Amino acid sequence: MNYIDSSLKVVGTRPIRPDGVDKVTGRAVFAADTRASGMLWGKIKRSPHAHARIVSIDTSKAEALPGVRAVVTSADFPDIASEEAFVGEGPMNFRDLSLNVMARGKALYEGHAIAAVAASTQAIADAALELIDVQYEVLPHVIEVEAAMAPDAPILHDDLFTAGVTPAPTKPSNIAKVVTFKKGDADAGFAEADVIVEGRYTTQPVHQAYIEPHACLVTYAPDGQITIHASSQGHFMIRAYTAKLLGLEMSNIRVNPAEIGGGFGGKTLIYLEPVAVALSRKSGRSVKMQMTREEVFRGSGPTSGATIEVKLGAKKDGTIVAAKQVLKFQAGAFPGSPIGPGCMCGFAMYDLPNVDVVGYDVVSNRPKVAAYRAPGAPITSFGVESAMDELAIKLGMDPLTLREKNAATNGTKTHYGPTHVNIGFTAVLAAVKSHPHWKSPLKEGHGRGLATGFWFNIGGESTATVHVNEDGSIVAATGSPDIGGSRASIGMMVAEVLGVSAQHVRTVVADTASIGYTFVTGGSRVTFATGMAATQAAEKVVDELKRRAAATWDIPVEAVEWKDGMAYPAGSNAGAFEPLDLASLALKQARTGGPINAEVSVNAQGAGAGFGAHICDVSVDKETGHVKIERYTAIQDVGKAIHPSYVEGQIQGGAAQGIGWALNEEYIYNAKGQMENAGFLDYRVPVASDVPMIEAVLVEVPNPRHPFGARGVGEVPIVPPMAAIANAIRSATGLRMPDLPMSPPKVRAAIDAAG
Amino acid sequence: MPKVVLSSGSAGQSFTGGQTEFEVEATTFRRLILELEKRFPGLGRQVEESMAIAIDGEIFQDAYAAELKPGSEIYLIPKIGGG
Repeated sequence: MNYIDSSLKVVGTRPIRPDGVDKVTGRAVFAADTRASGMLWGKIKRSPHAHARIVSIDTSKAEALPGVRAVVTSADFPDIASEEAFVGEGPMNFRDLSLNVMARGKALYEGHAIAAVAASTQAIADAALELIDVQYEVLPHVIEVEAAMAPDAPILHDDLFTAGVTPAPTKPSNIAKVVTFKKGDADAGFAEADVIVEGRYTTQPVHQAYIEPHACLVTYAPDGQITIHASSQGHFMIRAYTAKLLGLEMSNIRVNPAEIGGGFGGKTLIYLEPVAVALSRKSGRSVKMQMTREEVFRGSGPTSGATIEVKLGAKKDGTIVAAKQVLKFQAGAFPGSPIGPGCMCGFAMYDLPNVDVVGYDVVSNRPKVAAYRAPGAPITSFGVESAMDELAIKLGMDPLTLREKNAATNGTKTHYGPTHVNIGFTAVLAAVKSHPHWKSPLKEGHGRGLATGFWFNIGGESTATVHVNEDGSIVAATGSPDIGGSRASIGMMVAEVLGVSAQHVRTVVADTASIGYTFVTGGSRVTFATGMAATQAAEKVVDELKRRAAATWDIPVEAVEWKDGMAYPAGSNAGAFEPLDLASLALKQARTGGPINAEVSVNAQGAGAGFGAHICDVSVDKETGHVKIERYTAIQDVGKAIHPSYVEGQIQGGAAQGIGWALNEEYIYNAKGQMENAGFLDYRVPVASDVPMIEAVLVEVPNPRHPFGARGVGEVPIVPPMAAIANAIRSATGLRMPDLPMSPPKVRAAIDAAG
Repeated sequence: MPKVVLSSGSAGQSFTGGQTEFEVEATTFRRLILELEKRFPGLGRQVEESMAIAIDGEIFQDAYAAELKPGSEIYLIPKIGGG
């Protein structure tokens, strides 16, 4: 059923968030809060070298230390074969994943796991790590992407040959893959252009910087049954990957989803769980593991850093006739950067006749990259949207007008092939135009930037159940970890269908043994896909409630209608009966057929693409190079905002993370390839004083493929900020900052260089 | 017969010798996979494992039943994840 044009009573309102009280009072149980009787502490020994052959590992002294119950190395894990699969948030090779969880033969980055111990206390575990003797043959390393692409670069993998080129190469390379997208004839397009701009931009790898480090508690029981408590974006993902890496049957693993303290894509991989299982199996005891913040930086994946070359050609009237882009993405130690979406997203906002995009997926001696909100899109858009600003300047055209002139609409054929349908980009630009921020005069010394962004959003597999409790209250259970407010949004959709208040529905995240398979929380998919399953389950429950009312009244089910949470006779011919509410029907459920519930599993399709536009005002301290965000407005087509406060929060959060990416965040390596700022003191994420109140403006162009019109919202807002800020700095100072982060030393240096 | 375009950014072209457009006797995504595998061994699996299909602008992932119609715009593109 479709409710897009219905009069809605719950969807679109702002009830109190269901997880709020537990979180603000400290009662919410995160993975690090879990304990088990006789529990051991697991710790990981990590490589101090960026690239080294592991000559030998001697664990005997560690094993002899009193209190140590188990030590594991790669010898305790199956040496699994290369197997490509698309099972998490992107293409995954299980062998690479296994080698990332525990190095075998070579350490490929500083922080790579080499061995692990389980001991009765954390202090003993730490002491045991020191007693593990690892002999290395240190190899030359390479950190930066273009250095890794050089012909004489140290090669990370002898068996990695560049895919996507012909003829097939015969020598191994750090370039894992080359992808190309072409539309029309870019060279011909540039030949007819009146104005051409070209730029080279760089972005740094940035960490998702979730506040909660990775943590888990694992119990391997004597009968081989494994229980895992873990924080992740997908407990089914943890089950599947752990089973795969250890050669176990999934039915022997039960994963309980802990409350999650942020993920943003970074928790769509596993790091600790297979190690904890191996330690628990060996020791016969429960094993708790949790990363320190330093380990999070050294051992888990940021998103790619990149170089981006952009060339745009336009007619004098602003019509863009050609576009080119070359993207070089760092993948970290194993292939798998988001180069595909990077190549597809940069120009997706525009209707362009001639486009040529080439992308490179490149390994280097850094932690394997992980997904981060709209993987690849913020990187590519930093280049494209900076270049769009340069084009507007060169044309003498308002940057919004330039974007309006070239905006993608329904029917625009993208450079990667498909035609856009049901998109709201022009509505977003119209909202920019009419917004007081855009119309307001600039204050003295301030600069204003505009940038836009696109993300696909996805659907996928989800399961939801809806139960009517014996008193008529409702439980909705799903397999989707709640990262961005999905318990609220799903409960609200269920409540809307059932005709009850949101407070009447309790939404829970069920463990892997208690609900059907559900894909990870990522790709901005949960309110769309799991919401679709929950809506359908609620509709099934309504059908069942009508049958129960019909049975109670002894009339045909067709003569019953459901309205405002109650069954009514459908007209006078059906009979004169008092309406039956949920409590009344639940009270008699045994007599009318037993428990009332429904489970629905879907593989949701039709996720509507999302578009956003951000307006940013900055001031620049010319003595220090400090950039202050003075005003920030983020406008986005969200389809239908199920719970507008959460949607606004997603947009504000994405913009805040983008501000950090733009202004401060970077990995600093020394000459040995070791990270020198692995902590929040030196890796500077935005703090409250860095970020003004971000005004989130919701544009609602309904997605017709969702019962309530929802689109994913969580990823688009991190796409525009970097270019919006760079463009604002350009406006304030006349200086183009092509390299992230635009930190005070860099801005100051650019000011000095300009004289 | 529906015409299918293999997006230029896909790894699938290594199976086709560079050919990117095909007319395929198929009414569903599943049949398309089977036909492509028959015509270019290895391509069907590549498509099934790592590609999505966009039909008239709507992207379907892991959907055997997605319906292909003559005259529809049909693209095979890299599968999309997210963060």
